[in-house]
This record gives sequence, C-alpha cells and structure tokens, in this order.
Amino acid sequence: MRALLIAFMLLVVTPAWAVQPDEILSDPVLEERARDLSKGLRCLVCRNESIDESNASLARDLRILLRERLVAGDSDQEAVDFIVNRYGEYVLLNPPASGSTWLLWAAGPLMLLLAAGLGYGYLRGRSTAPAADQTPLSAEEQARLDDILNK
Amino acid sequence: MITELGHFALILAFGVAIFQMVVPLIGAYKRWPGWMAVAEPAAGAQFALTAMAFGALMWAFITSDFSLRLVVLNSHSMKPMLYKISGTWGNHEGSMLLWVLIVSLFGAMAAWFGGNLPQSLRARVLGVQAAIGVAFYGFILFTSNPFLRLATPPFDGQDLNPLLQDPGLAFHPPFLYLGYVGLSMTFSFAVAALIEGRIDAAWGRWVRPWTLAAWIFLTIGIALGSWWAYYELGWGGFWFWDPVENASFMPWLLAVALLHSAIVVEKRESLKSWTILLAILAFGFSLIGTFIVRSGLLTSVHAFANDPERGVFILMIMAFFMGGALVLFAMRASALEAKGVFGIVSRESALLVNNVLLAVACFVVFIGTMWPLLAEMFFDRKLSVGPPFFNAAFTPFMVVLGLVLPIGSALPWKRAQIGRALKPLRYVFVLAIAVGGLAFAMQSGRSLLGPVGLFLGAWIVMGTVVDLLGRTGRGQGRLRRLTRLPRADWGKMLAHAGLGITMAGIAGITAWSVDDIRAVPIGGSVEVGSYTVQLDNVERLQGPNYMATTGYVTLFQNGVEIAQLRPEKRFYPVAEMPTTEAAIDYNLARDVYVVIGDEQDDGGWVVRTYIKPLTNWIWIGCALMALGGLLSLSDRRFRIAAGAAKRPTQVPAE
Repeated sequence: MRALLIAFMLLVVTPAWAVQPDEILSDPVLEERARDLSKGLRCLVCRNESIDESNASLARDLRILLRERLVAGDSDQEAVDFIVNRYGEYVLLNPPASGSTWLLWAAGPLMLLLAAGLGYGYLRGRSTAPAADQTPLSAEEQARLDDILNK
Repeated sequence: MITELGHFALILAFGVAIFQMVVPLIGAYKRWPGWMAVAEPAAGAQFALTAMAFGALMWAFITSDFSLRLVVLNSHSMKPMLYKISGTWGNHEGSMLLWVLIVSLFGAMAAWFGGNLPQSLRARVLGVQAAIGVAFYGFILFTSNPFLRLATPPFDGQDLNPLLQDPGLAFHPPFLYLGYVGLSMTFSFAVAALIEGRIDAAWGRWVRPWTLAAWIFLTIGIALGSWWAYYELGWGGFWFWDPVENASFMPWLLAVALLHSAIVVEKRESLKSWTILLAILAFGFSLIGTFIVRSGLLTSVHAFANDPERGVFILMIMAFFMGGALVLFAMRASALEAKGVFGIVSRESALLVNNVLLAVACFVVFIGTMWPLLAEMFFDRKLSVGPPFFNAAFTPFMVVLGLVLPIGSALPWKRAQIGRALKPLRYVFVLAIAVGGLAFAMQSGRSLLGPVGLFLGAWIVMGTVVDLLGRTGRGQGRLRRLTRLPRADWGKMLAHAGLGITMAGIAGITAWSVDDIRAVPIGGSVEVGSYTVQLDNVERLQGPNYMATTGYVTLFQNGVEIAQLRPEKRFYPVAEMPTTEAAIDYNLARDVYVVIGDEQDDGGWVVRTYIKPLTNWIWIGCALMALGGLLSLSDRRFRIAAGAAKRPTQVPAE
C-alpha cells in the first residue's frame, strides 16, 4: 500500500537514485543551499515527491537547472522564482500564503480558536451546572418526605 | 472447484449479512427477543462464510491457480511462499475481501464477547455492523469480484509489485485494516446508542476496548509501513505526508481523541455527544481513506485501483453511512445530557484540551490533504501541498500536546489545583529543560526542532514515571503497591512514554541527519563524521526471482571495524522493476544507512551514506504505545465486563 515510487518506476527501467555525484557542486555552501531548496520543489512527473528525493530524469534536469541558477549568482528567492515562472506554482511543495492559499494556512489556527471557544463554553457550563444528584424532588417525593418528617 | 465454493460462500455471506441487518433491528424496535437473538448466530455464520471465501482465495494464490484473473495479475510461480500468501491482499480485490473479513470478524467478536450488553443494544450494534458489511459485500460482488476466471489461463503470472515483496509490507495491510475496520465497531456502538437514545457510563466502558483494539492495530500498521518506507525506499525517509499516509493518520488521531474522551464518558458521564460524534467521524475518516486509495481522486503513489466506478460506489457508501449517522446524531444529540460537574481546572478539562488539540490537528491534516482538490475546484489554482506545509502547520499542535500531557495526566478529577499538580513535576521540568539545553549547546546553528523534541521526550517520559510513582502513595510498601497498580495505569504510562520517545526520535532524525553522496572506486572509502565506509567489492548475484548487484561494505568508527554491510540493488525481470535494499547498521543512538547506486564510467560506484540519529526511537516508541494499549486492554475491569456474565470463576483474583 505504501508503495511510493511505483508509478514512475514502471517507466524507468535502469535505476538512478536521487541526487547523483556528478550533479553535486564543488562549493559546499552553494550545494547546501541547493539541497535545501530542492526539498521544497516538486518533481512534476512524480507523485508528491520533491526533486531532491526523486529519481525521474525530469527531477534531475530541475536539480541541475537550480544549481545553474545558484552558480550564476541568483539568491534563493530568485532561483525558486525562476523555476516557478517556468513550471507554475504547482512546483512548490510549500504553497505560499498568498491569495486564496491564506485560507489553507489560517484554517488550522481559526479552527483551534473556534474549538477552544466551544470547549471553554462547555467547561464554564459544566463548572456552574447543578450536580445531577441535586435535582429537586418531584411533588410526590416531597409529599412523601414531608409525610415521613412530620410523623 | 475450491474457488467456486469460495465465491458461493461470499454470496451466502452477503445474504446472511442482509438478514443480520434487517431482523435484529426490527426485533430491537418491536422488542421481540427471538428476533433480536438471531443476530449472534448470524454474526458467527457471516464470519465463517467470509473466512471460507478468503481461505479459498488464499488457496488459489498458494497453489498458483492461473485460471484466476486476480492470481495472474498479482502472482508468479517463482515467488517465495510468504509473498504468494501476502499477494492475497496485495491487490484491490483481495484487500477488499480482507476488509469485509475483518468487518465480519469484529461483528462475530461483539457477538461472542458481548454477553453483558443489554439485549437490544447488542442486537442494534450487530445490525449496524452487518449493514456496513452489506455495503462492502455489494461493492466486492458488483464491482471488484476476486473470483473471476479466465477462459484461457496463461502459463505464468505477472508477479506482485516487487516493492511489496518484503516482510514488513506483507503484514502492514492486515494490521492497518484491523485498525480501520475496528473503528467500524465503535461506529456501530455509536449509532446503536443513538437509536437507543441512551448513553451512560456503561456505554463508555463497552466501547473503549473496541476503540483501544482498533487503535493498537492502527498504531502497529502505521509503524510497520513507516519502517518499511524507511529501509526499502532507499533514502531513509519515514513519513512523506502522502495523501494515503494522511488517510491512515487521520483515523489514528481521532482514535486517540476517542480513547481519551471515552474515559470521560466512562468515569464522569460527560462529553457524551462529542464522544459519539468522534466515533462517527473516526470511522468516516477510515472510509475516506478507502475512498482516496481506490478512487484516484487525489494523486497518490499508493493508489492501486484508479477506477471511477469503484470510487463512486465507495462515495455512495460513505455518503450513506456518514449522512445517516450525522442526521441521527443531529436528531438525538440533544437528548444526551451531561451529568458530571467539574471545575475549569480538572482532569476532565485536561482531556478536553487533548481532544481539541487532536481534533484540530486532524483537521489540519485533512484540509492540507484536500486543499489541492479544493483550490482547483473553487479558485482554479493548481498547486501542491507537501511536507513543508504539514511540518509547519501540524507540528505546533504536537508540541503543545506534549507540553500539557504530563500536567493533564497528573490532575485529579472534578476539581484540581494547578499548583499542587505541578509540584512533583517541577524537578522533571528542570531536568527536561537541561536535556533540551544540552542538545542545543551540542549542535551548532541548526534548527530548534532537535532540542525541542528531546526536551518534550524527556518531559513526557519522566513526567509519566513521576505520575506512576505518585500513585503508590507515601510510606512503606510503595514498591509492592507499584506492582499492584491496575494494568490500565501501567498501560497509560507506557503509551505516554512511547509517545515521548517517538517525538524525540522524530526530532532526532529530522534535525540531525547527515548524508553523503559520491562515487567510490572499489577499495576506496568515504568519511562521514566519525565513520568510514569502505567499499570492498561489488558482485552480481542471482536471487530466487530477481537479479542483485551487491556491495560489500565495511563500516569503521574511529578506525575500528564495527560492521559488514551488504547494500543491494535488485532487478525483478518479470515486473521489470528495480528496487534498493539499503544496508543499515542499527543502534540506539543512530543508524548508519548505506545504499549502493549505479556503476560509473571509471569503474567506481555511487555510494550513499546517511547517518540518522535516534531513528529507532520512532519505532520503539510506537511499539511501547501499542504495548501500553495492550496492557490497558487486559485491565481487570474490561475482563470482568467481558466475561463476568458467563464465566465468573475464570476471572483471576488480583
């Protein structure tokens, strides 16, 4: 069931695993930045995988492209924007909180406020409610009690 | 012949389920004892028939009967026996048959062990459970029949997906299904209670063991899957926030919430309608999971039957059960009034906080999973929601949950003083801060996640130990009293400590993993931290149904040899698929994870080395959680509740 990679593995006969040694930049600082950035970029032909993890050839092309941009002196933001301009925001695994996407980011906190409010209301109700065993006696019970007490 | 018998048994089981759905429900409504009593033998018969059908299918896989379409598509005569057996459920049709087998198994268990339930409630529970069965029998027989024959059988099959040919994965689906489907039992209890219109402490006690059992299986199933992904997929990831993983994680979160809210129902007769709602939603999320896997609605790597017709059928089942249950809930919930009175600071409110956090965390996972679909439908934006979102939006809930856990579980019922509860925890808190601070000092300039995770782990584990010791009172004989504490207390401690250990493990692997990728000539070596990975040789070998490229790797730490590793790259010719078999040197402090890659033009090989700290804590923690659940399940009060009516003499004295 958790068979990740199945879909495109069927297409790729010779295995090729994620980042290849020949892609790695000689500058360790740039390489570190490239690795971090590529973890947030989606491999477009795969299912829910970043280009850092994927072994599809398209992911390799994207990794090389990203590194080329970084070597050319782009900042992180510029390099990512360059790829987003070409492939659309679908390529971002972390949707930016802009436009309608702020709803996605706000949904959790809003729901937490709502739930906390409801929960607090319930607790207030419970802490001030009369205990169940303190419900008043019915008329018959009261009459019977009076009867006993007055004897 | 056996196949036809199996097919026939399945159709009979469908009939029995319809009978078991209709007659006891009418009987319970009209108060006819005879009609109600019919439910138990029917549940037993339904299970026996479904087991026959499942056995027949398994037999076809074991004997490699290639006149069966399903066997041809998912098996091969050369496959090892274990995977022939696991092939039975490694496909859509077979897994659905396993699904109904478990539905009927839980129904039969409720019939066998439900002797102490009021007759009408038992009849209704079994009736609702049978209704779930009916829906899925119909689904199997009309859209995904596993017993279809081929007119001209081929010589051999097309093999099971090689990634699934692994011991971890062979048992992952059954456990997961036991969990998913176990939640159908709590659903049946909730709906039956709504029909009865009565929920009291006894209901809370009856429903808890079923939730606990389902949760244990779900925990084991998810952990097995995660472990499998870790060692099989070749780069040591353990959780991907894939839609299908989320689909199994959401019911788990709700089951945890349900476990805790059912305690409030049982002990204090409060939170009743919320508990009922949780029971309905938890099973609802199980159905959503089934729907996501089988409809192809969300692109997931796990999806294995992307068939719109099947998707629509499951959507209808989901709409019927969720719609029906929620309408019933809306009609009846107001009748369920709370009885217990408690202060703002109390165990009850702590459990409420637990529920709020877990339910909202589940909501975050849900909205993140569905968002690509919603955004495309309503805003015409095609976007992805991946691990970075979930890590950022989900983790805070778990951090807060971990922070309040030891405090909440130390609070007494009804009315508590926060100061008094905190008093025994203050040293623990200081110690846990020290652990986190130490981790912070030892790492240099990395994320806060690692120290925070270690702090939480230490805080939870030590907090639960202090809580348990606090239960032994004062003075002499504390050790003796400790051994005599109810198993539920021990279970609680183990499960909570397990959570803490898992949190620390996740923080460790996420914050402090190191990797190294490079081409290594034969005889050459790689230095990663204090480890040296030396590639001695690479050989090509022949496996039973695959060809392997095996690396002979020696691992040194500070110049001393500590392990011989055999990373493998396999190729399965029948399925034409490659897989990696990582070689891992396990240890409590870290895993050294070595993968062999392609041969380079100059004769060297790609070697990937990963150092993954605290990884095993994740699974040790999960195992502890499951063990804690098991201990709690064997608590005396459930055993008495389960067996007292029939066999009072068998209850051991404690």
